[in-house]
Amino acid sequence: MLRMLLRRMALGAITVAIVSIIIFSGVELLPGDACTAFLEREAKGKLLENCREAQGLNRGPFERYFDWAASAIRGDFGVSANGQKSIAELVGNRLKNSLLLASSSLALGVPLAILLGVITGLWRDRPIDLTLSTIAIFAMTIPEFVSATVLILLFSVWLGWLPGIVLTPAHAPAVEFFPEIILPVIVLTMVMTAHILRMVRSSVIEVMAGDYVQMATLKGVPYWRIVFRHALPNALLPAINVVALTVAWLLGGVVVIEVVFNYPGLGRMIIDSISDRDLPVVQAIALIVATVYVGVNLSADLLTMFANPRLRTLYMRQK
Amino acid sequence: MTLTTADRKYTMFSPVLTVLRDVLARPSGAIGLTLVTAHLVLALISPLIVPYDFKATNSSMMLTGPDMAHWLGTDHMGRDVFTRVLLGGREALLVTGIATPIAVTWGGFMGIFFGLAGGRIDEVMMRIVDAFLSLPWILKMLVLIVTFGTGVEVLIPTLAFFYGIPVIRIARAATHDVIARDFVSAARARGHGRMTIIWRELLPNVLDTLMVEGAMRWSWMLLAFSSLSFLGFGVSPPTPDWGLMIADARGFMSFAPWGVLGPVVALSSLIIGINLTADALAKALGIDRAQKAPV
Repeated sequence: MLRMLLRRMALGAITVAIVSIIIFSGVELLPGDACTAFLEREAKGKLLENCREAQGLNRGPFERYFDWAASAIRGDFGVSANGQKSIAELVGNRLKNSLLLASSSLALGVPLAILLGVITGLWRDRPIDLTLSTIAIFAMTIPEFVSATVLILLFSVWLGWLPGIVLTPAHAPAVEFFPEIILPVIVLTMVMTAHILRMVRSSVIEVMAGDYVQMATLKGVPYWRIVFRHALPNALLPAINVVALTVAWLLGGVVVIEVVFNYPGLGRMIIDSISDRDLPVVQAIALIVATVYVGVNLSADLLTMFANPRLRTLYMRQK
Repeated sequence: MTLTTADRKYTMFSPVLTVLRDVLARPSGAIGLTLVTAHLVLALISPLIVPYDFKATNSSMMLTGPDMAHWLGTDHMGRDVFTRVLLGGREALLVTGIATPIAVTWGGFMGIFFGLAGGRIDEVMMRIVDAFLSLPWILKMLVLIVTFGTGVEVLIPTLAFFYGIPVIRIARAATHDVIARDFVSAARARGHGRMTIIWRELLPNVLDTLMVEGAMRWSWMLLAFSSLSFLGFGVSPPTPDWGLMIADARGFMSFAPWGVLGPVVALSSLIIGINLTADALAKALGIDRAQKAPV
């Protein structure tokens, strides 16, 4: 068991290491370097010299990679290309705000999705299922910026119930983002709920058609007892992994949402630093986001394994 | 129990027609395919039927509401919104229409190849694929687009490359399902080479999966393309594009909502159409797509 655990964690670490190589060599392969990209036309003479000095670009690529990776492990991402601020400091507040947005959406969306997924699965092809499934297709396929725009038009422009834009500064404490955060959370929750709902629905349908459910029915076990004791524990297990995959989507989807609502999070910082061609900041954010993704997926895998006795013994036998 | 197309594929009907008939027999397929076809036809003929010039500005007609002359009103530069909505999908359909087949083809071949090869090389490859998938799509694409420019010639390879990577995983998994079957062992025993096995035995059997995958990739690519346009990294003005139009019209939403609603309806109906079709196609071919997450 312990060996399996260590193996999975090692695989996760290897993935993050490969990501760091991709990020680093990606930026290396682009024409120019961090300084020429940032300074653009002024990239000559003393200015370029100073920038390269501050970024440590005068060394070989291998030396720079290991230096960058080693400091990143310690949480130090160097300074931004304009040479003023430490990236760790810049990113800190933004990361906190994005996590606030993402975790509020997860806290709202996951229970809702499971509830609705079970309802649609149990009442398959009935009006309630058809209605909810159709809404889900709409919610998950329409681009986030489109649904966000429509919701702003509806709730903020026409009805005037909720603020359609976030004006709170990045460093403000979490409570001050209320009520501005409501609309972005609703948009994220909508898309997320739709994805998880569809998965839970198909899982419930599959389990309810299983032999042991039929057996229990024939034994005369009451319907709701079958649902809660026999079916749901098995049906909801795969949901853990889908939630993890949804988090991955959330990390990308949050970018567009943050731009639409002017929310001061990591996503808007990605757009800003890419527009400014501040490559050191882009590299740092990419590495942080990828690490979060790998971490979430790893936890989901392990959680599924611990929660499922069949998988547990399977892995134990394989060692 | 309902029969899926997979069960009666080798009847006297041509397989393509059978699948098409099965897709159309489902309400989602019929609605979806109608929407997609309508969009494709409109994209082809719209330059011939639009009532105005899409870039003709008119300072005396800024943000006027819908009337008989301008069915969807005018935008902040006095351009006819209806004209621009009709034309606004052409760039998106062109780019994604070329990039999707490329993505599915290269991802599909890589997936089948590594699924068949197995061992070390497969293990290493999957780590690299995982690493790529752990980066948000928008970050990967924006870095390339900002460096190389936002033209069609940059967008097509960028989309085709990044959207082919998840296809590798899907094709590899589908190959693993097929590879243990007897007919592959038989082909091996007959002494066929790797390429022959891929081409003659594996490809026909994973093609169903790849087709459904292609339909879904198409809708996600459209989503990515229009999101990029919306953020200002897609097509450049004055080319009419739905994403860009929504971004432009958002500022005037409180008193001129028609500028937003036209492109919103157009873009949504196309993407929903593709998804409904993909859904019906998956059901017709007997492939469960509910467990897939967006990548």
